[in-house]
Amino acid sequence: MKKELGIFILLVVLCAVTGFENPRFFSQANLVNMANLIGLFGIFSLGAGLVIITAGIDLSVGSMIALIGMLLVMALTEWHWWWPLALLFVAAVSMILGLAHGFLITRFKMQPFIVTLCGLLLYRGIARFIAQDTTKGFGDAEGFKALQSFASGKLFGTPMPFVLLILISIVMWVVLHRSIYGRYLFAVGRNEEATRFSGINTRFVIAGTYVVAGLLTGISAILFAFYTNSVSPSTHGNFYELYGIAAAVLGGCSLRGGEGSIIGILIGVALLQVLQNLVNLLGIPSSLNFAVMGAVVLIGVLADQIFKNRARKKISNR
Amino acid sequence: MTAAPLLEMRGISKRFPGVVALDSVNLQVGRGEVVAVCGENGAGKSTLMKILGGVHQPDAGEILMDGQPVKIQNVTDAMKFGIAFIHQELNVLENLDVAANVFLGREPKNAFGLIDRKKIHADTAPFLQRLGLPVSTRARLETLSIAHQQMVEIAKALSLNAHIIIMDEPTSSLTLSETKRLLALVCELAGQGVSVIYISHRLGEIDQCADRIVVLRDGKNAGALSEAEATHDKLVNLMVGREIKSFYVKSEAQKTPAFFRVRNVVSPLYPRKKVSFDAARGEILGFAGLVGAGRSETAKAIVGLDSSPEKEIILDGKNISIDSPRDAIEQGIYLVPENRRTEGLVVEMSVRENVTLPSLKIFSRFGLIQRQRECKVAREQIDSLQIKTPGVETRVMNLSGGTQQKVVLGKWLAMSPRVMIFDEPTRGIDVGAKAEIYRIMRTLAEKGAVILMISSDMEEILNVSDRIAVMHEGEITGVLERADCTEENVMQLAVGRKIPLAQPAFEK
Repeated sequence: MKKELGIFILLVVLCAVTGFENPRFFSQANLVNMANLIGLFGIFSLGAGLVIITAGIDLSVGSMIALIGMLLVMALTEWHWWWPLALLFVAAVSMILGLAHGFLITRFKMQPFIVTLCGLLLYRGIARFIAQDTTKGFGDAEGFKALQSFASGKLFGTPMPFVLLILISIVMWVVLHRSIYGRYLFAVGRNEEATRFSGINTRFVIAGTYVVAGLLTGISAILFAFYTNSVSPSTHGNFYELYGIAAAVLGGCSLRGGEGSIIGILIGVALLQVLQNLVNLLGIPSSLNFAVMGAVVLIGVLADQIFKNRARKKISNR
Repeated sequence: MTAAPLLEMRGISKRFPGVVALDSVNLQVGRGEVVAVCGENGAGKSTLMKILGGVHQPDAGEILMDGQPVKIQNVTDAMKFGIAFIHQELNVLENLDVAANVFLGREPKNAFGLIDRKKIHADTAPFLQRLGLPVSTRARLETLSIAHQQMVEIAKALSLNAHIIIMDEPTSSLTLSETKRLLALVCELAGQGVSVIYISHRLGEIDQCADRIVVLRDGKNAGALSEAEATHDKLVNLMVGREIKSFYVKSEAQKTPAFFRVRNVVSPLYPRKKVSFDAARGEILGFAGLVGAGRSETAKAIVGLDSSPEKEIILDGKNISIDSPRDAIEQGIYLVPENRRTEGLVVEMSVRENVTLPSLKIFSRFGLIQRQRECKVAREQIDSLQIKTPGVETRVMNLSGGTQQKVVLGKWLAMSPRVMIFDEPTRGIDVGAKAEIYRIMRTLAEKGAVILMISSDMEEILNVSDRIAVMHEGEITGVLERADCTEENVMQLAVGRKIPLAQPAFEK
């Protein structure tokens, strides 16, 4: 809990400083916009975090968002599928891709980094190929207006992606922090061997996590497609996997596995979005955007590590 | 006056917290002599060799080379004095070639400050020839057999100009023909003036190559035999005869013989050997044997951690199939593994989380853990096993070894065990906690469980077991009834010698 508190304080301080320097930060338009982005990025970041808790990593997120987005656009505007069917289809595809990752990692003992790196290259290529490398849009949303207005709409003034993020977070919180599966997830991430000795099917737990991550990425992909209203297969979702990893790590997930929380990941996501917003509002050259993000993640993780080393020393000095 | 021996260790003592590992041990090695060092598990062989290799410092005693006292502070010193250590687990880099391994850490440089590749290959070749090792200096180590990798280590020792080569159980993973080649090589090396200290459990090998046998027992010199006088019986006689306190208490438990029948278990360590045995309900069946006899591997195969497709398990008259640890757990067959910290526990997690890990399903509803019931189960185990922890939420890594082991027991006792396999249950645990663990095992047996206890501690195996099954190189050599459970009988069986007293492990 200490970890989450530290980064939460950082978030509050950054918000206060930015709001003080530029009152527009607290304007309704800005807050709504930020909430929307936090929702969009948060949903797949939860998946990225779960994978990291198993001591794995998912690098394919950005490409998957492009591929799933493209499939959705084409299913709705070119193949003219009934929209619930199209949704089911893209959700199924994203889960199957996650399952494929999980299968390769657990059955063939391949390294998650390699498997999902290949996914990153593969899905981007496929997305560009099926679209013949052209940008495709939803046009006037003929036949799926309901879906469009849901995905990009608002509930009591709150952007739908943010609402969905909250709902999904509640479900994922229960799953991770209250369910058997969640307990197994932490155990596998910490010590897969001892977990196996306790009679737990560790392969199933790990593979399942990649499926869940796939689904969450798929949901994000749907929302992103409607957010941008068109998908350019070569740039859509570029580097998003790194946002997810950065948010999870900033929020207390350890790449060594077995550590992390839903709250932490959410704060991490919010922090990254506030940082981007801050760059805009404080007149920092936008070319420094990534540099600011990198610096904050580095400092955050460094501070945490120093804190941990001290705690360890204290224990060994006892 | 005779010349001083090449190496002399005098009055070496070494104490570790809680145990005296060595108590004024002497060892002499002459030039070109092959000295075998024998002893039971824990007799102090490894510690003595680690002192010679510079890994440990002795608390008392001195080491003389050519009659001159020397200090071996670290591994580099040992190398400087011409002492090379070939460990049981080979220390080679599999991703590099032979020459790179031989010259690791002292690569000759060429004019550009890069590794002089020509020179290291040219310099390595003669050593390979001397050992009769038929491989290229450019072969990567991972493409070589274990036996050849071992020879590369010997080549490295020779290239360091070693006069004394320590070999710790060098044949434990070699095939029969590879073992013969190695023994011949040891004799050749001795002929070339290199001394070899050969540690092995295998008396047959020792007979073949050793000039002299030094036996350790309980960290002391137990005696020495020359090549001529060495016989199986004399050797076993020297190895046994430790002072063993007897604290066996006859159990009053009702026993049901052959309640648990195990047939044709094959472990990955000895793929051609099958293990079968019967164990009674209400008894503690000890599994004795020298390290590497395949006891832990057999246990892992029984509970489905390693696959053993031909095995048959019959519990209480019912044939059960165990393909995964889950299957075993559902039948009430649990393993308390050898390595607490890596296999038994997730040490970063709390006592509560560890105790309930295998049994979470029992107190969950709709896949959600009912926290109150979980805490209750953990507390019950803390109370009944008297686990000394500040609370249920304490991380296991902050507890002592004995307490950690009780947490492992708590994991399984929170369910209903029908068969419990304990693998080295008291390793690294203080005396008080040991007694408690023995009491827990006995109570379980009396309540009607089958207890299998693998132990390398002779005192423990003799005092806790109702019967003892002794293993040697992947097979059960015999089972001793309580009346025949003596150190001598166990040792005879452990070195692979059939004795008439021993019973078969199962009824056909």
